[in-house]
Amino acid sequence: MSAVRERTPPLETLDLDARSGNHDARRGRRVRAAMLTAALLYVLVLLVAPLAGIVVSALKGGIGNFLRTFTDHDALHAFLLTFLIMVVTVVVTTVFGLVVALVLARDRFVGRRFMSALVDLPLGVSPVIVGLMAVLLFGRGGWFESFFAARGIQIVFALPSMVLVTTFISIPFTIREVVPVLQELGTEEEQAAWTLGASRLRTFFRITLPNIRWGLWYGIALSAARAIGEVGAVLIVAGPIQGQTETSTLYILRVFDQSHSSLQDQAGYVVAFTLAAFSIVLLIGIELFKRRKIKEAGR
Amino acid sequence: MTTSAPNVDMAVPPRPSTGHGIEVEGLTKRFGSFVAVADVGFSAVDGRITALLGPSGSGKSTVLRMIAGLERPTAGRITIAGEDQTGASVQDRRVGFVFQHYALFRHMSVRDNVAFGLSVRKVGKADRRKRVDELLELVQLGPFADRYPHHLSGGQRQRVALARALAPRPRVLLLDEPFGALDARVRQDLRHWLDKLHRDLGVTSLLVTHDQEEALELAQTLVVMHRGRVEQVGSPEAVYNEPATPFVAGFVGAANVLTGRVRGGRLQVNGEQVLWDAAHIDDGSEAHAYIRPHDVRVSGSRENGGSLPGVLERSKDLGWMSKLHVRLPDGQVVIAHIPNEELGAHQPGDEVWVDLRNAKVFAPGEGDGPGLADPDLGADDAESAATATAAG
Repeated sequence: MSAVRERTPPLETLDLDARSGNHDARRGRRVRAAMLTAALLYVLVLLVAPLAGIVVSALKGGIGNFLRTFTDHDALHAFLLTFLIMVVTVVVTTVFGLVVALVLARDRFVGRRFMSALVDLPLGVSPVIVGLMAVLLFGRGGWFESFFAARGIQIVFALPSMVLVTTFISIPFTIREVVPVLQELGTEEEQAAWTLGASRLRTFFRITLPNIRWGLWYGIALSAARAIGEVGAVLIVAGPIQGQTETSTLYILRVFDQSHSSLQDQAGYVVAFTLAAFSIVLLIGIELFKRRKIKEAGR
Repeated sequence: MTTSAPNVDMAVPPRPSTGHGIEVEGLTKRFGSFVAVADVGFSAVDGRITALLGPSGSGKSTVLRMIAGLERPTAGRITIAGEDQTGASVQDRRVGFVFQHYALFRHMSVRDNVAFGLSVRKVGKADRRKRVDELLELVQLGPFADRYPHHLSGGQRQRVALARALAPRPRVLLLDEPFGALDARVRQDLRHWLDKLHRDLGVTSLLVTHDQEEALELAQTLVVMHRGRVEQVGSPEAVYNEPATPFVAGFVGAANVLTGRVRGGRLQVNGEQVLWDAAHIDDGSEAHAYIRPHDVRVSGSRENGGSLPGVLERSKDLGWMSKLHVRLPDGQVVIAHIPNEELGAHQPGDEVWVDLRNAKVFAPGEGDGPGLADPDLGADDAESAATATAAG
């Protein structure tokens, strides 16, 4: 965009022929209009159209059928499971994310850069591979299998591994959002609180946390959205067993895989619609948090 | 006043220690192999303002932060109000600290900022409110109680920071370049205001600054620091008029530096001219004389045996005084600040005589300060001409 805007007529033509300047300006406007159209089409076709498709399909069988899905045992169980995994993931990534962010932002130690790079690993690794790694560690013949099996704890094909892989994938978001906010904040306000007699713990909750809250909320919303949408890693470690280790995304996957009737299809659409709606609410939250965060940083 | 400082000016009336104030002994801070603060000792007398004065990197802020407990000393002892505080936590020291960049809690209103230290110390709600109102009144920010820091100007923010530091009645007030981030005009106003505030409250204060004018104006005692060491401790008058080291001579107030050779216990500048007493320096060695620009007289004829001939190179009228550059035959330049009513009718190119008074002679080995640089540096406006060479 900016390349187009910065285009100015060469100096010599400015003196000699004013019309060539006009010509360039006209061409600049045409290029911009073309780009705007392309951007709009791209968003409409690839983002809005599928969403509209889901809404229409979910409501095609009438509101009765739409609501009936929510009384279906398997669908309900899938929602609950997804929600549970999301909550655990958000709690774990928030608490440990804060600890890691504080260490990365405040401490200078050997290996800090390595740790910082390591945190981004989940963004670069395919979720399917993450799932495979979990199976290799905890599955039959895995390093830790005997330890947990001896204690009667089922990891793979059960909730623990599903939470584990989802958490792994959601690790970077909180950390990536909070570290720059902490760096921008500096430590002087905290030191001021100490000189006024506040303990380190009190200083964290009264001074540090309120100042990073929007960045933290933003990271939490991103983690939650990622946790809800996860399918690849969970598919590998979950099995999945219908009504037991089947999350909402896996439910949708199965319904369309085995579907014999349009009624079953519709149940898939309804679950998809619900997930999408939840994600959109999260996205709006993310957008609001981001704006507050930027406003806060601008002070 | 007990101190391990190398140059203690005994002319300062050593008020008997009342067991209050701050006492620092042998304070040392090493960061790896870098020595930021080396064997620093001084006392900040109860109820007075003491200034730690030095260029950036002289270790003065580190000393202040060690007194506050924000930095752990490698060695030494810190006493506040008669209690050894060397190992005490920052929370337990009950000091008020004012930061250069205010460090206000940006998510709290002015009122909540000031109240923070009180609620930490578990002051009751009614008392807290009363004390906050009292302090906001004191810093003249009553109408701003419900504003947030980002709505305030720099000067207002620093006043809030001061109110916040004073609210829990600290034993001592530590100020780290409190006016350093403000523009010149606001700095002036705040300086006068702080002076008045201090006279009203009488809280023992330690002020870190690189601005010698600020230190001279506000403090009753100066501790001049350079490269992590104390160069001189004394009253502003003593430090200004009787600098103990070349560094102090050059840093506190502007100074001409003339290089000469010691012959028969006197410093000779410009060939055979016999000038100042230098009996404390070995015969035949090189030495430097420090002379304040306002201690230089310029006249058309020889006034006495100590006068030196020269050529007036440049004369600049700064309104109430003029700045004259006189080049001596050996090439050294003397700068004179002369009130306009005492200025003769000298034109650039004229042969003149300069009379240099109150020279301080130091051997080069006594340490080198910014005074060895061109005394014209940083002294180009009338405000700072009378004082600064190295303040910038």
